[in-house]
Amino acid sequence: MIPVCLLVDLPRGEAYRLDIDPPVSVFHTDDGEVFAIDDTCTHQDASLADGWLEGCEVECPLHASKFDLRTGAVDAPPAKRPVRTHEVLVQDGMIYVVPSTDAPNLPPCVASRLAGGPA
Amino acid sequence: MRTVAVVGASLAGLSAARSLRKQGYDGRLVVIGDEPHRPYDRPPLSKEFLAGTVGEADLALESDDEDLRAEWLLGARAVGFRVDGAERVVLLDDGREVRADGVVVATGAVARNLPGTDGLAGVHTLRTLDDARALRDELALGGRLVVIGGGFIGAEVASTAYALGLDVTVIEAAPTPLAGPLGETMGGVVSALHEAHGVRLLCGVGVKGLSGETRVDAVLLEDGRTVPADIVVVGVGARPCVEWLEGSGVELDNGVKCGADGRTSVAGVVAVGDCASWYDPQAGFHRRVEHWTGARERPDAAVAALLSWGAVEARALRPPYFWSDQYGVKIQFAGHAAGADSVTVEEGAPGDRSFLAVYRCAGQPVAVLAMNQPRLFMRWRKQLAATAS
Repeated sequence: MIPVCLLVDLPRGEAYRLDIDPPVSVFHTDDGEVFAIDDTCTHQDASLADGWLEGCEVECPLHASKFDLRTGAVDAPPAKRPVRTHEVLVQDGMIYVVPSTDAPNLPPCVASRLAGGPA
Repeated sequence: MRTVAVVGASLAGLSAARSLRKQGYDGRLVVIGDEPHRPYDRPPLSKEFLAGTVGEADLALESDDEDLRAEWLLGARAVGFRVDGAERVVLLDDGREVRADGVVVATGAVARNLPGTDGLAGVHTLRTLDDARALRDELALGGRLVVIGGGFIGAEVASTAYALGLDVTVIEAAPTPLAGPLGETMGGVVSALHEAHGVRLLCGVGVKGLSGETRVDAVLLEDGRTVPADIVVVGVGARPCVEWLEGSGVELDNGVKCGADGRTSVAGVVAVGDCASWYDPQAGFHRRVEHWTGARERPDAAVAALLSWGAVEARALRPPYFWSDQYGVKIQFAGHAAGADSVTVEEGAPGDRSFLAVYRCAGQPVAVLAMNQPRLFMRWRKQLAATAS
């Protein structure tokens, strides 16, 4: 379980990027819910924390792929693979992320870099 | 509505088919495409696909488990259209007719070519997967590439070919490339990327013709210069594919003339994507927006309009957004530069290839351009959308 930040420090409509490997972004929706997904778009290397949050959906800042924060499912192309989701806990006003043990769906360029190959 | 025909099977057509199902349309759905391929993503054709770093399977726009319950008529070109009583009839080039209650026109645009270049080997346009395959195979052989047209497609091809090791020259008829979409100042800033990488950029000079017997060997300029070439890419824009609608009653004017929700002059017919010229209520005129994001988003509104025929009020659209990748630099733009009276760099510096510039009209932001500033760009893009709606 990884502490993220205080809930009061993450306003609604904002995202927080947790710099673990691979990075995770935590979203506080306009409806007051908190979700965590892998920060890297599954299509190409872009930070979803920099994306456009609307409802329970985030749009990639580069190529406009959309992901459902609740399930990680792709709602709009060009991405085809879902983004990995993580469990979120809020205890005593603190946000925690329980990292998923599933394999991440990283874009090809990032996956090869993590594997030590050419970017 | 019992049958809807979507004419066009690229991003706009696929997005319309998806919107129909998402918005509860349960009837027969026919998708007609003139290319033989399932819907594929075009932006990589001038970038990663051309460079050989992504393959054809990566271009697919549909997911493996997707089922839109559609009849796909691929490799069939629409050549005519008429209204027959309550039915709308699409005529195909093989003589078949598709009868439907509702029609989504998504036939896109076709690359413009230079007159008199037919049949000359080594001369390419880039619009379709087949175009990209042919160009990729030739670029792999190396040599001298001349790109005619300094727009985004031309610039991306130049950038990709440069990375592949070709000798590249870009020829632009206007004094500054990209002056239309970005304005003179920023057109100059972005097109400076070419020369910074050793790609020659010749501006303000027209092309008189090409030379070569069976294969192109040079580009002849109007000022008398000759630019040797092994490969030529013509990137001089696209024209909407709407000939099949001529005389049908569907009003045309630089594409299909549409209201602010995609409805055409004929009931039961909407148009989306590159072939559609929607009314822009803020600007007060019609315009075609040839961006990927428009082809992705506008079908949602057009399908809502098709299913209700005006009973549902159209939602305000977000300002148009597009991106380009050139020489490893991420370029992003939102809004309309044409109405601006000033442009100022608000963050970073163009020389560092990391900056954000804001276009204003009478003090109000109307567009924003960024290089390698996705986070800041998104903040401005949202702000533009908030002030536009």
